[in-house]
Amino acid sequence: MNAIFRSWQGALAFLLCLAALISLPLLTADAPSPFSIGTLALIFALTIGTALISFTSPPAPLLAAILFVGPHLATWFLISGLAGYEGKATMAFFLLIAACWLLAWRCVAVLSDMHPKLKGGDTFLRLLIPAIFGAWILILWEAITRGAGIPFILLPPPSAIGARIAGSVATLWADVQQTIFKAVLFGYIVGCASGFIVAILADRIAFLRRGLLPIGNMVSALPIIGVAPIMVMWFGFDWQSKAAVVIIMTFFPMLVNTVAGLGAAGAMEQDLMRSYASDYWQTLIKLRLPAAMPFIFNALKINSTLALIGAIVAEFFGTPIVGMGFRISTEIGRMNVDMVWAEIAVAAVVGSFFYGVVALAERATTFWHPSNRGG
Amino acid sequence: MQQERLLQHRILPVVTILFIIVAVWYVAAVFMNTPFQRDLDRRGNVTSTPMDFIERTLSQPKPVLPAPHQVASNVFENTFLRRVTSNRSLVYHSWVTLSSTAVGFTLGTLLGILIAVGIVHVKALDRSLMPWIIASQTVPILAIAPMVIVVLAAVNVTGLIPKALISTYLSFFPVAVGMVKGLRSPELIQLDLMCTYHASAAQTFWKLRVPASIPFLFTSMKVAIAASLVGAIVGELPTGAVAGIGSKLLAGSYYSQTIDIWAALIAGSVLAAILVTIVGVVAKIVDLAMGGRPA
Repeated sequence: MNAIFRSWQGALAFLLCLAALISLPLLTADAPSPFSIGTLALIFALTIGTALISFTSPPAPLLAAILFVGPHLATWFLISGLAGYEGKATMAFFLLIAACWLLAWRCVAVLSDMHPKLKGGDTFLRLLIPAIFGAWILILWEAITRGAGIPFILLPPPSAIGARIAGSVATLWADVQQTIFKAVLFGYIVGCASGFIVAILADRIAFLRRGLLPIGNMVSALPIIGVAPIMVMWFGFDWQSKAAVVIIMTFFPMLVNTVAGLGAAGAMEQDLMRSYASDYWQTLIKLRLPAAMPFIFNALKINSTLALIGAIVAEFFGTPIVGMGFRISTEIGRMNVDMVWAEIAVAAVVGSFFYGVVALAERATTFWHPSNRGG
Repeated sequence: MQQERLLQHRILPVVTILFIIVAVWYVAAVFMNTPFQRDLDRRGNVTSTPMDFIERTLSQPKPVLPAPHQVASNVFENTFLRRVTSNRSLVYHSWVTLSSTAVGFTLGTLLGILIAVGIVHVKALDRSLMPWIIASQTVPILAIAPMVIVVLAAVNVTGLIPKALISTYLSFFPVAVGMVKGLRSPELIQLDLMCTYHASAAQTFWKLRVPASIPFLFTSMKVAIAASLVGAIVGELPTGAVAGIGSKLLAGSYYSQTIDIWAALIAGSVLAAILVTIVGVVAKIVDLAMGGRPA
C-alpha cells in the first residue's frame, strides 16, 4: 500500500491504461488501422510494465532509467503511428498519452530525489530535469494538436514549425541579421554604455544623482516602448530607428542599477582605500566597480530581454522588407502561422543565448559573490 | 529643519533636472522643426525675425518634435474638455487600456502566486519548472502578442480577453519569482519553531510563510503592474484595435499626428505612475494593518 502511495503517478497511470484498454481502438473506425496488434501490445506492455515497476524500489538510477525509457518509447510509438490520421485519435489515445505523462512525472520526481556524489552528475541532472519538462510540453502540444486535429491556423504542431525552420533558414538568417546584429547589438551596447557613463557622472556629482535617480526610477516603470513610432518617424525605416528604441529602453535600467551598485561597497572598505591615500578613480576601479558588478550584470540581464522586445516591437511600426518583427506582422496577415511560430522560436533561442552569454560573463566576473560560490 | 533638508536634498535637484529636460526639449524642438519651417517659409515667401521664426517652429500642426506646451495643451484638451465617451478623449482610451491591464494583472498575480506555492511545496516542480520560468522571460514575449490576438480572434475571442492574456503573460513572472523568494524567506530557526509547535504544513504556510512573503509580493506587484500595462499597450498595436492607448499610438504614427502620439505617451505614463502609486499605497496600508512599524 505504501509503495502505491509513494508512486501515485504510477497508480494513476495504471488505471488510465486499464481505461484505455476498455476504450480501444486508438483511432476512430474510419481510419484503416495503422496500429498493428504487435505495436499496440508493445505500447501497453511498456506503459503498464513501467507503471508496475514504479511501485518496486530498485536502485534509484535504474528506476529512473526505466521510467525514462518506458513512457518515452511508448509516446514515440503513439505519435509516429498518428502520421496521416490527424484528428482521428480517440479517447484511448489521449488516455495513454496521459499515462505516459504521469510516468514521466514520476521519473522527474525520482530524479529530483537523487543526490549524485560526482559533480558532473549533479550538473547533468540539473539539465536533464528541465529538459524532460520542456520535452513534455512539446509532446503534449504535438499529441493534442495532431490527435484532436486542431486547425493549423490556430496552433500548428511543433513538428510543422520545426520543418518550417529547416525549410527557410535563409529567410530566418536574414531576419536575424537585420534585427539582432544591426539593431539589437548596436542599441544594446550604446544604451548600456551611455547608462553606465551617466551613472559614473551622477556618482561624481551628488546633485545630479539626487535629481536623476527618482526620475530614472519613475521612467523605468513607464511604457517606454511607446516611443517606437516617434523613433521610426525620426530615424527612418531602417535599423537605426530600432537601435534608437533599444538605446532608450536599455539606458534607464543600466543607470539605476549602476548608481545603486556604486553605493554597495562597504564603509569599512572605503575607509581602507582612503587610508591608502587612493584617489577617486583608484577607489572606483579597484573597489567600487568590482563591488557594483552584480548590480551591473543584473541590468545587463534585464536589458538583454528588453533590447529584443524593443527591436521587434519597433518593427511593427515600419521596416524595410526584412526583420523579425516585420516577418511576424506580415506572415500573420497571410495566415502563415507556422512561419510566425518559427520566427518566435528563433527569437526565443537567440534571447536565451544572449541571456546565457551575459550569465556566463557574470560568473566569470563575479565569482567572488556569495550567490556564485555555491553552497 | 527637516523640511528644509527635504527641500534641498530631494525636491530641488529633481525640479532642476526636470527644468533642464524641458529646456533641452524646447531647444531640440526648435532645431528639429527648423528645416521644415524654413522650407515652408521659402515657399510662402515669408521673411521673419528670428523670434517670429522660432515661435512658428513651436506651433506647427505636425511637428517633428512637438514643443512641451503643444503636448500639454493637447493632453489637457483631450482629457478635460471632451466628453469621456468621445473616441478622441484620452480618458476613454486610457480606460480601455486600464481595463485590460487590470484583468491581466489580476490573472497574472494569481497565476504567479499559484506557481510559487507549487514550486515551494513540490520538489519535482521546483527542479523542472523554475529554469523554464526564467527561460520564458528571455523570450521576447511581446513578439507573440499579435499571434495571440489573431489566434484568439479566429475562435471568436476578441476585445478585452486577448490583450489581458498578454498582460497576464508579462506580469506572472515577477510575481512568481518574488513569491518564491518570499515564501522561502522565513529562516530555518523560525521553521524549527513552527516544528516545535507541532504545526502542520498548512499552518506553517498560513501563519509563517504567507505573512513573511507579503513585502515581497507587493514589491513584485509593482513591477508586474507596470509590465502588464506595457503588455496591454502592445496588445493593442497589431491588429487594428479600435480603442486604447496603443491604438492611439498606431493611428498617430499612420497619420503623422506627432502631437497625438506624445499625448498618448503622456497618458500612458500618467496611468503607469497612478497604478504603481496605488500598489504602493495598498502595500503601506497592508503593512500597517499587519502591525508593521514605520521605518
